[in-house]
Amino acid sequence: MTSSSITRVKLKQIAEKIEKAKRLDGRGLNDYREIKIEQGVIEKAEGSARVLLGKTEVLVGTKVETGAPFPDTPNNGVLTVNAELVPLASPDFEPGPPDENSIELARIVDRGIRESEAIDTEKLCIEPGKRVFVVFVDVYVLNHDGNLIDASALAAVAALMNTKMPNYEVKDDELIIKQGYTPLPIKSHPITVTLGKIKDKLIVDPWLEEEQAIDARLTMAFNNEGNICAIQKGCPGYFTQQQIIEGMKLAQKKAAELRKKLKW
Amino acid sequence: MNEKPEKLINKKGIRLDGRKADELRPVKLEVGILPNADGSAYIEHGKNKILAAAFGPREMHPKHLSRPDRMVLRCRYHMAPFSVGERKSPAPSRREIELSKVIRESLEPSLFLEYYPRTGVDVFIEVLQADGGTRCASITAASLALADAGIPMRDLVVACAAGKVEDKVVLDLFDTEDKVGSADVPVAFMPNLNAVTLLQMDGQLTPDEFEKAVSMAIGGCRKIYELQKEALKTKYMLIEPEEEDEE
Repeated sequence: MTSSSITRVKLKQIAEKIEKAKRLDGRGLNDYREIKIEQGVIEKAEGSARVLLGKTEVLVGTKVETGAPFPDTPNNGVLTVNAELVPLASPDFEPGPPDENSIELARIVDRGIRESEAIDTEKLCIEPGKRVFVVFVDVYVLNHDGNLIDASALAAVAALMNTKMPNYEVKDDELIIKQGYTPLPIKSHPITVTLGKIKDKLIVDPWLEEEQAIDARLTMAFNNEGNICAIQKGCPGYFTQQQIIEGMKLAQKKAAELRKKLKW
Repeated sequence: MNEKPEKLINKKGIRLDGRKADELRPVKLEVGILPNADGSAYIEHGKNKILAAAFGPREMHPKHLSRPDRMVLRCRYHMAPFSVGERKSPAPSRREIELSKVIRESLEPSLFLEYYPRTGVDVFIEVLQADGGTRCASITAASLALADAGIPMRDLVVACAAGKVEDKVVLDLFDTEDKVGSADVPVAFMPNLNAVTLLQMDGQLTPDEFEKAVSMAIGGCRKIYELQKEALKTKYMLIEPEEEDEE
């Protein structure tokens, strides 16, 4: 993410610290900031979660509606992820249609959920080829303090775990919504880990100021079995082949740690 | 999507289009084919047909986007409505916006942007026909277009994907393999700097398979890199040194 609010002196400080394996906020290179997850914060949404990753705050709400399936997957429900970089979250966010940063964010979150097969979409089918449940995942960034990807991905999965779908029955081609709800069928809990590269060192969970100092960013999502299900490299920098493998191992370790802590 | 084929790889290890696991599709490259662009390239990578053009260094429009200390690179990846099975709306999709961003970020590390402050360079990529792996073929062509425009660069950027089809790691997936297969890992690479400038993945891979896919994709990149250099030479070796003769 681009911003002009950081001085060159600060950038240099960040880089010099990291060369000595230290960070300005006192963390080790491989440490996450404190993570807080709160589920069910929006009553009108079918599911919701608020995640605090240090000072980064993301709210995700899910809505479940009925709609038509895609023609090539007539037996599967539909997942739609959207992200809003709300202007109140940062002086760098502007109102208006989603820019490339918010589209990229939404698509990374989407890929993690979709490719890990987190939602059992076959169970979202009402009538094959005609009617399925559509799950809308809306990522709302409330405070930008770096690493929106991990915070959003965590919040999205937490919100899906908290999502309920209406009970229904089909009578004479008509859909009747009944009383009560069933939980959304969840198969996997992907965990997304983002690394930054600075002075050839990898850091976990870069915060806002570090994000402006890093050369490149690497995001990896892991499923329950510890396999990789989505990757996105970002920022105009590069990784060597060795750094990618090193990063993959580090990210895998961090994902396993997080999974244990969250009991997902 | 067409009928799902029974088997993507037969018993002999041959893929649907007759290739072996680590075999590239035929790649054809041409440089300097658009007269109005400062630099251009055309790539045929299997059935992918892609045009790339570079304009610049030139004044930035709108002006406020220019940077006092460097040139600004902009990229637009766009698919023609007729490039895929079902007509694609010409309006930029979310996928195209994301790809434009990652392609830009894959080319940026190769350029000496600080040489041309306050200017901009635009790269336009038009996918005329898509058959899987368009982002990679686009990067290969776009880097050639930038070289053809004479933008100073550290190295050419070349891209190629690897993936997993029926539990086997294979190189350079085409459309059907990409859709039916279980993973796709596009990689962009600068061979002289050992620098990976684009890395994405979707699907599911174990860490070992991922390692194998990355090195296989880089192997593919190295092969295409030779073709890229050849394509540049083909254009610039043909230009006869007229002025020198007259003197």
